[in-house]
Amino acid sequence: MNRELKRVVFVIMAMFVSLMVSTSTIQVLAADELGRDPRNVRSVYDSYKTQRGSILVDGTPIAFSEASDNNFRFLRVYESQMYSAITGFFSFYQGATGLESAMNSFLTGKNSSQFFEQVNALLSGNPVTGASVELTIDPEVQKVAWDALGKLKGAVVALDPTTGNIIAMVSKPGFDANRLAVHDGITSGNNYAELLADANSPLVNKAISGSLYAPGSVFKVLVAAAAIESGKYTADSMLPNPAKFKLPGTNTFIQNSGEGKCGGRPTVSIADALKLSCNIPFAQLGIELGQNAIREQAEKFGFGKTVDIPLRSTASVYPKNMDDAQTAMSAFGQFDVRVTPLQIAMMSAAIANNGKIMKPNLIENVVSANLSSLFAPSPQEFASPISQSTADAVRKMMIEAVERGVSSNARIEGITVAGKTGTAQNGEDDPYTLWFTGFAPADNPRVVVAVVIEDGGGRGQAGRGNTLAAPVAKKVMQAVLRK
Amino acid sequence: MTSTVAIDIQKIAGVVPRKRNIEIWLLFFAFGINAFELAQIQLSTIEILTFDILSYWAPLAVAATVLHFILRKKASEADALILPAVVLLNGLGIAQIYRLDLATIAAGGTELFAFRQVIWTVVAIAAASAVVLFVRSHLFLRRYVYISMVVGLVLLISPALPFIGTSINGAQLWISIAGLTFQPGELAKIALTVFFAGYLVTRRDSLAAVGPKFVGIQLPRARDLGPILAIWAVSLLVLISQRDLGTSLLYFGLFLVMIYVATGRAIYVVVGLGMFVTSALIASRVLDYVGGRFASWLNPFDPTHYDAIGGSYQLVQGLFGLAHGSVLGTGLGGGVPQLVPLAESDFIIASLGEELGLAGMFAILALYLLIVSRGLRVAFNHSDDFSKLLTLGLSFVVALQTFIVIGGVTRVLPLTGLTTPFLAAGGSSLLANWIIIGLLLRISDTADSRERNGVSGF
Repeated sequence: MNRELKRVVFVIMAMFVSLMVSTSTIQVLAADELGRDPRNVRSVYDSYKTQRGSILVDGTPIAFSEASDNNFRFLRVYESQMYSAITGFFSFYQGATGLESAMNSFLTGKNSSQFFEQVNALLSGNPVTGASVELTIDPEVQKVAWDALGKLKGAVVALDPTTGNIIAMVSKPGFDANRLAVHDGITSGNNYAELLADANSPLVNKAISGSLYAPGSVFKVLVAAAAIESGKYTADSMLPNPAKFKLPGTNTFIQNSGEGKCGGRPTVSIADALKLSCNIPFAQLGIELGQNAIREQAEKFGFGKTVDIPLRSTASVYPKNMDDAQTAMSAFGQFDVRVTPLQIAMMSAAIANNGKIMKPNLIENVVSANLSSLFAPSPQEFASPISQSTADAVRKMMIEAVERGVSSNARIEGITVAGKTGTAQNGEDDPYTLWFTGFAPADNPRVVVAVVIEDGGGRGQAGRGNTLAAPVAKKVMQAVLRK
Repeated sequence: MTSTVAIDIQKIAGVVPRKRNIEIWLLFFAFGINAFELAQIQLSTIEILTFDILSYWAPLAVAATVLHFILRKKASEADALILPAVVLLNGLGIAQIYRLDLATIAAGGTELFAFRQVIWTVVAIAAASAVVLFVRSHLFLRRYVYISMVVGLVLLISPALPFIGTSINGAQLWISIAGLTFQPGELAKIALTVFFAGYLVTRRDSLAAVGPKFVGIQLPRARDLGPILAIWAVSLLVLISQRDLGTSLLYFGLFLVMIYVATGRAIYVVVGLGMFVTSALIASRVLDYVGGRFASWLNPFDPTHYDAIGGSYQLVQGLFGLAHGSVLGTGLGGGVPQLVPLAESDFIIASLGEELGLAGMFAILALYLLIVSRGLRVAFNHSDDFSKLLTLGLSFVVALQTFIVIGGVTRVLPLTGLTTPFLAAGGSSLLANWIIIGLLLRISDTADSRERNGVSGF
């Protein structure tokens, strides 16, 4: 019987090994993911036991924990609504959003990089103090972007195209996160309900998430890049230039925004069509290129993907299975093309950075309580959607658009700016969505911006990207270039 | 011959046997750890040490010491590691239940379990001591093989009987007499192990006989499939009437392993497992409760199961707790294990995993492995086939139950209503498992003396 007994021993060993594997999987491999589950209240409980780390901009805390004398030992304090889209909020009752959620393991001192501190804490009985998170945001530029938007609803993203570091990220309106961090559950709950019900959705970071926007004419930059990248076109390739264009298979006519021809000749170059932002030539270019070529190019720029900066952006959408009419509309950023401002900034960043997109990033450094650096992301290439020559060609077109075309309000004296405006239609009677994206200086870019303004900037269908969005972008670029 | 003579002289001279000395030092070590656990819990939750600790610490220590002295007198060559390992687990269980009680008190609750667990511990160790005292020889139980069968079956079926049968949390595993609830299935596993061992020892030759051949596989003779069919039918009856997959898996798995060791024929295991898996799958389709457990097991995070009554909420909260513990745990008293329903009984392992971390989980698993391996060692060394099968069965049933429970909490298997041996709050489970320990200790005494005689002629 001992032979069989030995085999039973193997069976028992197998049972225990499987338990060791299952516990290791749960407690180590899946632990972070389980900790992030919104139904798991433990991380929230935990966070009030130790001093949560601060979120810093240029060494100054914008979110920090202050000692408090009630049951919760600490109260979370937020400096300014200017940063509410980035920090999000941290509330015992409402959970956490923004970086408060994305960087929670560092802020609470629970990240695996703090293993030795945790061992130390376990032995000494003193809790681990959370690590602080230093952002790549420049407070002056952030302030300029915040003030430039004023009372307008929308978002601004500014980033350094060579590193992907985000210099400013603003979403308007902001909210006062202190109102949710309060220790009184009823007050916090009422405030949260009020913010949720606000039609201007202050809790949404409009720069990266929430409802996506129709890009309008800023999407022409991507279509122009797709055309040149295909090898079948150059900036000077000529396109037919009628004053009205009947969408194939429909009785609908589309017009250029000036309701005339684009430059007055029978044909127009791609460069001029972009400079003057004409819809008809791009509609025809879209049909010629085909939706698949545009979609492939869009996906190379990052459409269809979320990006963790480490806030998670919503994936931008270029629709599938369109007919020719829909493809034509999509080529000037209408129909069902939907984007985030971050995606548009990434598109411009590729043009600015010789065809390469660096991964957008908000985190400069994470520093533990004993001042050792736990996590300092280095610049990473996100994608290489176009060749350098395509980037150069599109860059020239964007310079023309600002310096001599319809995106004129982004001009900065003494500096060459490249850019493109957009004025996207929504419903028949709905106000327009206004855009500007671009970079400066055009030949050696230090900053890429994307600006979106909702609801026609309060002017309904009279709002234009060049009148409202371009000046905001100009101020942001100037703020960076002053440095 | 010299060593035999030397040991006999030791016995005659009343010199303390070496094994018992090892045992008492290990026991002191275990008592120390148990005290340390209780002290840490008080310090980290109520932040003050009180004499309450003594009432949760001393009864186990005293009872285990008494059992130790009984072993010195009556079974001096019994295994030295089993008792300290079990005391460690039992003490850890009491400490964690006390910790959950403190959380209940802090939240204004009144349903406390720790002191009841202490009392049951003393009763259970008394029962184990009685086993060591009154089961005089390893062959003693062989006289009661068929009585064991009857007792085992009655215990097994009793929760399904009208009037006394009671359903808790959807599984009908309890009986309730005069206000006391009891899980008779726990005791049934001992009676059935005794029966299986006795039955298989007498029938092993005929069961091992070769039957017809089918595609190159030697099948057992049709009439030898009788017992396996009978046990399968009983397991199925348990599954249907008590709606618990774990209990029926426990008995059936136990029987398959014992029949395999007795006959050396793997075909029984193959056929038996096939029958069990088939019936479990059918049950998961036909019986809502079993089906619900299957669905919760496969997709616990799915909101439809998570929010369902009796759905995966408990399982998922247990997983959150384990994940919260990570590698080193929050420290005893540092987590929030009370968030998991039934944290003190069915989910005690999730509470411990949260506060002791993966390190603690491995230590707990190692203690179970130690107990099981010491039991198997007795099975290996014993020359008497009945004792061999009995110790195998008793050790395996502890191993299998541990696997089913911890596997249920960690998603290796669907969750079941069994309890974690020695740790979980619950009198029936403590009593039954301590009786198993009593039997293992009793039989190990004779096993090792035979081993000693066997190697004496060097």
